[in-house]
Amino acid sequence: MTTRTMLLVGTPKGAFVLESDAERTDWSVQGPMCEGWPIHDIIVEPGSGALLAAGGSPWYGPAIFRSEDLGATWTHSSVGLTYGDDGEAIKTTWSLAAGPDGTIYAGVEPAGLFRSGDGGATWAHVTGLTDHPTRSGWQPGNGGLILHTIVPHPTDRDRVWVGISAVGVFETRDGGATWEPRNNGVRADFSPDPHPETGQCVHKFAAAAGQPETLYQQNHCGVYRSDDGGEHWDEITPGLPGQFGFPLVTDPRDPDTAWVIPLNGDDRGRYMPDASAAVWRTHDRGQSWVRSGDGLPQANAYLSVLREAMARDTLEPVGIAFGTGTGQLWHSADAGVSWNLVTADLPAIWSVESVVLDS
Amino acid sequence: MTTVLLPRSLLALFPGVERRHEVGAGTVATVIDELEAAVPGIRDRLVQAGPRLRPHINVFVDGEPGDLDTPVETSSTVHVIPAVSGGA
Repeated sequence: MTTRTMLLVGTPKGAFVLESDAERTDWSVQGPMCEGWPIHDIIVEPGSGALLAAGGSPWYGPAIFRSEDLGATWTHSSVGLTYGDDGEAIKTTWSLAAGPDGTIYAGVEPAGLFRSGDGGATWAHVTGLTDHPTRSGWQPGNGGLILHTIVPHPTDRDRVWVGISAVGVFETRDGGATWEPRNNGVRADFSPDPHPETGQCVHKFAAAAGQPETLYQQNHCGVYRSDDGGEHWDEITPGLPGQFGFPLVTDPRDPDTAWVIPLNGDDRGRYMPDASAAVWRTHDRGQSWVRSGDGLPQANAYLSVLREAMARDTLEPVGIAFGTGTGQLWHSADAGVSWNLVTADLPAIWSVESVVLDS
Repeated sequence: MTTVLLPRSLLALFPGVERRHEVGAGTVATVIDELEAAVPGIRDRLVQAGPRLRPHINVFVDGEPGDLDTPVETSSTVHVIPAVSGGA
């Protein structure tokens, strides 16, 4: 059996596909793809193995690209990707996720959720979220009013969590008809009321392996864990060098393990603390954190990492990759203990996804 | 027939589609609708909610800037040109 590993990278200048083997040491680079469109997220469609890329052109609007040959050729569609002629124009697509029944979800700007039952050929607006009674009070974050995180329940097709900046986390338990905010316990330090129902600046969240009720969240105002599907969050920031960061990934097998990349603060340049690059991980559900800078630059590293720009694979030991806002792509083949530079010459990296193919 | 000339960056999204098209007269909107019939998906690339032309898509009818309501004659030439914007 041959194992191929791939890193799918979204940038403002198109999609890139990097390929290696099970060792994950040497990587080839192919791209830019998707006609150089700004690409915010790339996933693999379960079952078919097709690549789906979400993006939007400043000229030609939003679209979802699809490749059935690992990036060699692409088609695109935005059929149904609209709030209607009376609604706001959709600027771009930000996020993609696949549900347990094969449904593909897409998050867009201005914030809303769409779904496709045909692999992205056509899309339908999930109106229940847009119709939420808090919608008129939704305010954009620095990156816009964007739906950037989609976490489908791994087995229950009716349950999906989404994250919107700067609005917070919502969950549906009825297939998208109705939604409930899931922000209890999450601070909004920038708000007169630090604990509003909505208005939290969620940056990224992910479910724990095998424990879909356990969610880990990197927020503008700290790192949190929920053990009840987001109904209440407990802060797990202590032990980290700061509360501010963007990406978060969880282990594919261990529900107690997650990785984050703290930055120095929202008003201090948003780079790694003391310009010393590091990824932090917990092995005990956030009770303690371990720093790793082995292989990463430890001085004069004014690096930032955006919310979608870290990913893990499913190999053992798990591989972790992250990309910076200045085009460096780093990879760890030992679960984030040590790091190697894959390439330093990509455009700004907006998203990274890891793929393992066995043949 | 009205002649329509499409930009390279748009053609790249629809492999095999020619730059030059001959369509019926009417308005810019009907021209785009006729293009859509021949090239499914092309309307979404040019028109956003409203409906109106996307902000950075310029359409010139016989050399003059137009919008969706601009009349198009049988003898007209319609240029679709992406705006010089977008930067970086």
